[in-house]
Amino acid sequence: MPTTTSSPVSAVPDARGRFGPYGGRFVPETLMFALDQLDKAYQEAKHDPAFQAEFHRLLNEYVGRPSRLYFAERLTKEAGGARIYLKREDLNHTGAHKINNALGQAMLTRRMGKKRVIAETGAGMHGVATATAAALFGMTCRVYMGSEDVRRQELNVFRMRAMGTEVFPVTSGSKTLKDATNEAMREWMSTVEDTHYIIGSVVGPHPFPMMVRDFQSVIGIETKQQCRDLVGRLPDVVVACVGGGSNAAGIFYPFVEDAGVELVGVEAGGHGAALGGHAATLSYGKPGVLHGSFSYVLQDDDGQTAPVHSVSAGLDYPGVGPEHSYWHDADRVRYCNVTDKEALDAFQLCGRLEGILPALETAHAVVETMRIAAKRDKDDVVVLCFSGRGDKDCAEVARLTAKQG
Amino acid sequence: MNPIDSLFRRLRAENRKAFMPFVTAGDPDAAFTRELLPVAADAGASLIEIGFPFSDPIADGPVIQASYTRALDKGLKLADIFAAVKDTTSRPGWQTPLVAMASYSLLYKRSPETFIATAQAAGLSGAVVPDLPVEEAGELANLAADRDFKLILLVTPTTSPARAEKIVKACGGFVYVVSVVGITGERDKLPAQLREQIARLRAMTDLPLCVGFGVSRPEHVRELKDLADGVIVGSALVKKLEAADTPDGRAKALAEVRKLVSELSGALG
Repeated sequence: MPTTTSSPVSAVPDARGRFGPYGGRFVPETLMFALDQLDKAYQEAKHDPAFQAEFHRLLNEYVGRPSRLYFAERLTKEAGGARIYLKREDLNHTGAHKINNALGQAMLTRRMGKKRVIAETGAGMHGVATATAAALFGMTCRVYMGSEDVRRQELNVFRMRAMGTEVFPVTSGSKTLKDATNEAMREWMSTVEDTHYIIGSVVGPHPFPMMVRDFQSVIGIETKQQCRDLVGRLPDVVVACVGGGSNAAGIFYPFVEDAGVELVGVEAGGHGAALGGHAATLSYGKPGVLHGSFSYVLQDDDGQTAPVHSVSAGLDYPGVGPEHSYWHDADRVRYCNVTDKEALDAFQLCGRLEGILPALETAHAVVETMRIAAKRDKDDVVVLCFSGRGDKDCAEVARLTAKQG
Repeated sequence: MNPIDSLFRRLRAENRKAFMPFVTAGDPDAAFTRELLPVAADAGASLIEIGFPFSDPIADGPVIQASYTRALDKGLKLADIFAAVKDTTSRPGWQTPLVAMASYSLLYKRSPETFIATAQAAGLSGAVVPDLPVEEAGELANLAADRDFKLILLVTPTTSPARAEKIVKACGGFVYVVSVVGITGERDKLPAQLREQIARLRAMTDLPLCVGFGVSRPEHVRELKDLADGVIVGSALVKKLEAADTPDGRAKALAEVRKLVSELSGALG
């Protein structure tokens, strides 16, 4: 169902949180009060120069922004085509892009007079970012994490606990990100009067998809400027991995009106196209409702959420942000997927050639970047959103590569 | 006339209140649901809410979620639920209205038109869609109204008076008054502000007001008797289904449901 619109593709969402037909609020009535309160607080903060100044001061002084745009010469040589640049979100404090959003939402939490935050996490990067922001702001924090992910991401569990956060293992359903999100939403329903739920991606009910995109769009804004400074023009292609889609939304959004810039989202192809074998929502899913918004989802014919699989805990999610669904239907972003095996190979390749270990999420985008670069002219410029560092995945990669023999 | 309207008209004329148990469809299987519904009706249920198991029920507490998971793990499909409901409402002399409690995800997947048509063909009189707030409910409310199918909306302690006005206008059958902030599940006490919440709603609408979330004991029911038009009990009953997975357990679960429904409906007088 292609979306036709006369307004620019970036002029979304509308007041009801709709990106074309996608988004909105499909949540229990109990949460509507909190979402209205959050929407109002965010609109005010967005236009408050003092809020923006503090946000940017924290991004610069605490996170270490702007993150660098680095010319990856050896990956470029290996691909044999376009020049590959890495937007180094892995160099941020806490090791991924997630901190941009966690700090923004923690500032909003304080602004709303709430003193406690909760979050869901898959790979643990958003959990770590939220634990970090909570420590910095002196807030109590509980992070919901699927028990399967607690096992896969031991290091991040330790980091969260070390910063004073309570990690709550979720044993319901598939014991991964989807179930951690359910549990966090339930908890929020009971504590909504004094607790803010820091959603980690561009998913969930309005205003979360818009707000998280806005906090993350610092990535794209910097990339634009850095690309102009380094190569004198905008890039030809921007590539990012997509689970819920926050790093992708953050780097894509500032380029959406630049028709000459090709945008590519890379989903988790797992071990194949059969339902249950992947987490490639836009590649294989259909519109439906999950976790409070209308977007592409992976479901069975009754509307029950399908099981998903990815080697990367952060992409192991059966939904995707509504703005990505909108960009997909509007043909503004091309979405593709790569397999577990390809991502694991790219993890090694990137380590060996550049001395940079990518998060397994990021490794998916590395695969597609290499393919695109190989097909393009050597004067072309491909920017890869290097969303996170791979330390958290080392134990899991070691386990999987040992199994492969 | 829709059976829900007839029910409340009759109860009001008799100055009585509705007792409305909630049970999960297909826990542990659809055959058990076929036995369970007549038992609940016979023990004093005025109306039965039928929970449609959903993989990601964000409004439900651990008891109902676990029940949904048990049903889905055995491969329960919507078609099985509609068949069990159809068999129940086709029983000679069946009068108890049945209402679906179903996530919008399930309605959207079939299309709201098809869902309503299928539900009506099975003999369901309405639906509670707990994750569809009034802002998103317009289309479904119109479809339901055109077909005399009741779309039952929820009002919570965090609902502002302005929102409550909108909700009761779009709502059919009865207003589902959520007594607590949070998810479904048992509570020790009913909250103090419930009385005011109900008084405010009375001033806005003539629809019956039925209270749910956190109601589990005879003393809760007695407390609500003079306040509300009906009480909804869910988790306390669904907990009894946990044991129904063995032949002995089935008989025991049915007996316990019968006992709890009589006890709680008896407390309504």
